[in-house]
Amino acid sequence: MSIDLSQFIPTFLEESVEGLELMESSLLELDQESDSETINSIFRAAHSIKGGAGTFGFNDVTEFTHLVETLLDEMRDGRRKIDQDDVEVLLDSVDCMRLMIEAIRDEVTCEDDKIAQTSILLEKTLAISSHDSNKSVAADSDKIDESARTALCWQIRFIPQHHLVQTGNDPLLLFNALSDLGELSVFAKTDDLPSLSDMDAEELYLTWKLELISDCSEEDIKEVFEWVEDECELIIEQKPQGMVVNENVVNVNEEEELPSDKLSNEIIPSSGEKTLETKTNDSEKVATKAKPEVGSIRVGVDKVDGLINLVGELVITQSMLSELGNDFEMSKVERLVSGLEQLLQNTKELQESVMRIRMLPISFAFNRFPRLVHDLSKKTGKEIELIISGEQTELDKTVMEQIGDPLVHLVRNAADHGIESADIRIAAGKPAKGTITLDAYHQGGNIVIEVCDDGAGINRDVIFAKAVEKNLIDAKDVLSDSQVYDLLFEAGFSTAAEITDISGRGVGMDVVKRNIQSLGGRIQVESVHGKGSTFKVHLPLTLAILDGQLVKVGSETYIIPLIAIVESLQVESDLINRVSGDMVLYRLREDNVPVLPIYQLFELSAECKEVDNALLVVVEADGQKVGLMVDDLLAQQQVVIKSLADNYQQVDGISGATILGDGSVAMILDIPGMIALAKKIGKENSPSIIQDSIGENA
Amino acid sequence: MNIQELAKDIPVEGEQALEGIDFITNGEQYLTFVLAKEQYAVNILCVEEIRSWENPTIIPNAPHYVKGVINMRGIIVPIIDLRLKFTIGKPQYLETTVVIVLTYEQDNKSRTIGFVVDAVSDVLNADQGDIKKAPSFGGTMPHHYVEGLINVGDNVVTLLSVLALQTIEEHQRHA
Repeated sequence: MSIDLSQFIPTFLEESVEGLELMESSLLELDQESDSETINSIFRAAHSIKGGAGTFGFNDVTEFTHLVETLLDEMRDGRRKIDQDDVEVLLDSVDCMRLMIEAIRDEVTCEDDKIAQTSILLEKTLAISSHDSNKSVAADSDKIDESARTALCWQIRFIPQHHLVQTGNDPLLLFNALSDLGELSVFAKTDDLPSLSDMDAEELYLTWKLELISDCSEEDIKEVFEWVEDECELIIEQKPQGMVVNENVVNVNEEEELPSDKLSNEIIPSSGEKTLETKTNDSEKVATKAKPEVGSIRVGVDKVDGLINLVGELVITQSMLSELGNDFEMSKVERLVSGLEQLLQNTKELQESVMRIRMLPISFAFNRFPRLVHDLSKKTGKEIELIISGEQTELDKTVMEQIGDPLVHLVRNAADHGIESADIRIAAGKPAKGTITLDAYHQGGNIVIEVCDDGAGINRDVIFAKAVEKNLIDAKDVLSDSQVYDLLFEAGFSTAAEITDISGRGVGMDVVKRNIQSLGGRIQVESVHGKGSTFKVHLPLTLAILDGQLVKVGSETYIIPLIAIVESLQVESDLINRVSGDMVLYRLREDNVPVLPIYQLFELSAECKEVDNALLVVVEADGQKVGLMVDDLLAQQQVVIKSLADNYQQVDGISGATILGDGSVAMILDIPGMIALAKKIGKENSPSIIQDSIGENA
Repeated sequence: MNIQELAKDIPVEGEQALEGIDFITNGEQYLTFVLAKEQYAVNILCVEEIRSWENPTIIPNAPHYVKGVINMRGIIVPIIDLRLKFTIGKPQYLETTVVIVLTYEQDNKSRTIGFVVDAVSDVLNADQGDIKKAPSFGGTMPHHYVEGLINVGDNVVTLLSVLALQTIEEHQRHA
């Protein structure tokens, strides 16, 4: 009987990723005072990954994880003191394991120097440990100590000729005899294994590397191999005890049949001592190569039970309605109406529950930050503490996946530009240790994520000067604080005095803003010079459903996100002003709102082309109010957002499409996109529609 | 003619089907369609479905040959008028005007686009050897859309590259 194991591989990969996350976060907590539970949980995670990888034949993962596990095992037993260097090595190992797991997921071979380097480093660490443990923790491990004093480590290369088994010799018996001499580790090498079709069942293709820890002499070993001397090549070397690595001991059974496992691991350290450096770039490179994810979500049973109950109710309502429809009379219209209401209620609840399934606590996105801050703190030499709160705040999975990178950017910026070095901090009367706070909370239908640092804050004047220098603004302009901070998000804008490899190249903040906007969110900056700055990211809870106002322009129906609408009004003609070359402004109380005729922007034909009697929907985006001119206001309803980019591509001014009740498609307007489009058109033609209020207009 | 003889003429069930579609023939099958008076073909395995023309929802500021999008069982499918795209014939929307919906999968991502043509005509069997190279000059159609020419009787059918048709970036370039 054979089970197709490959179907379980995705599950293995997912569990491994979770395991790695657990290892990473626990490792960061790990120090001398940690209780055994922390290290146990790390060990368990590593062990499950090793086991899973072994089952599926991912031998490089198994081998690597085994080294990690050995090191962890020593820490667990108290044979090794937990020190920061070891934790660093383990953290690097976690990175390597992640690279390997990602390589398996992407079905590519993982050839990264880092893995080789880290495994060498691990082996070195392990080697040192044996010495250390022999000296320092001698009292704890008498037994090891004793054997180590007398025992020698013999390394034996056993390369039998192919016809060895035909002469009636069985390597298994030889190894059994050897193991009587001392502690034996056996590594089978399968390099010479021919393909299955070329394989002769009576021939032996394997070679072995054996490590024997024993106080025996070379003669004793040779004696074991006496009978096969002529049928094999035998290299016996004595090695220092330190190089022993407790590799898996392979059960040597029938040779030719079993080994698809390559359990050989070259344990020869490379000649040059390579120092290991965390290559964040490499891991990023791998991440971007990843295919579109088809991931899965773990859902609590209670949520599923809730869904089943709701579906049950829906079925009942449905059967009631269809019974009603079978012989309908006007007298039953009351019941029909109430039935339909019930149906509406059911669908709404069902929809909400289904949406809730996609909601995950934001801790999934926050989890990576302790490690990031740890690394950044090491790299910049600043002491930084990370405080995370509100990690239970729930957020749509898609939003979560896409908010990760912008947040990383913000945290990096905070660590690099925000937090000052310790001496400056002390001089400014602040504690030497800088603090970065990550917080998430709900506000209305939005989630707000705050990245806050207690560093230098943003120097308004520096930004202003820089913006003037880059011709973004005029030196005479008077800007509010928030307008100044918005300049940070202009492409190519960086105020960092020097460029570091962490940040400062000025690419990034504009990408951050674009990413957040593409999620339908916005970013807000607050800063006090000398006290620190706060970046607030406002995001919609979900991307899938949106409350919209349906409007009509010509023959087309468009949807305006309700959240963007300030008010809708009938134009009063005496409040219209035409200024600076046929730009139409509408006086809304104190504000002058530029009027944006949708038909003109989208090149449609509309019933209402004159602004004098038009309907105006006043919307706001990026602090800019705009009056959209429409023909008619229709219903308000929730719409399911569908991407245009799946089969077509992103369209300027449109954030997506949806399917209306009658089966037709309607476009959802993207207000910031429309303003940008109007600017573009305004620049191409004579600027007749709207002008940029920043810069050109001041 | 008595009823016995008539019965002989009626083919046994299955025979006729084999004759019509001819599963035995080697090579690929192509769906042929008409633009103005010219015959075109696409690989039949890429054809998702053939729909009658319906007015799509306009995509703002799209090139003139991108007619808009329609709802195909919950999927938003853009509609491209091949007659406008290749400037062949007049873009009339009559009862015979149809939309051929093609799906092409590449790198694990599939893309579905509908193409407006004047009419669908036939299913064509052709070997790789039957496909001849098209001359590299003349015609209004950009040459990377043409995979080759197939002779069918006295007519010549232009075989279109589905990959080129499905490359949306191409449809953005204003003609």
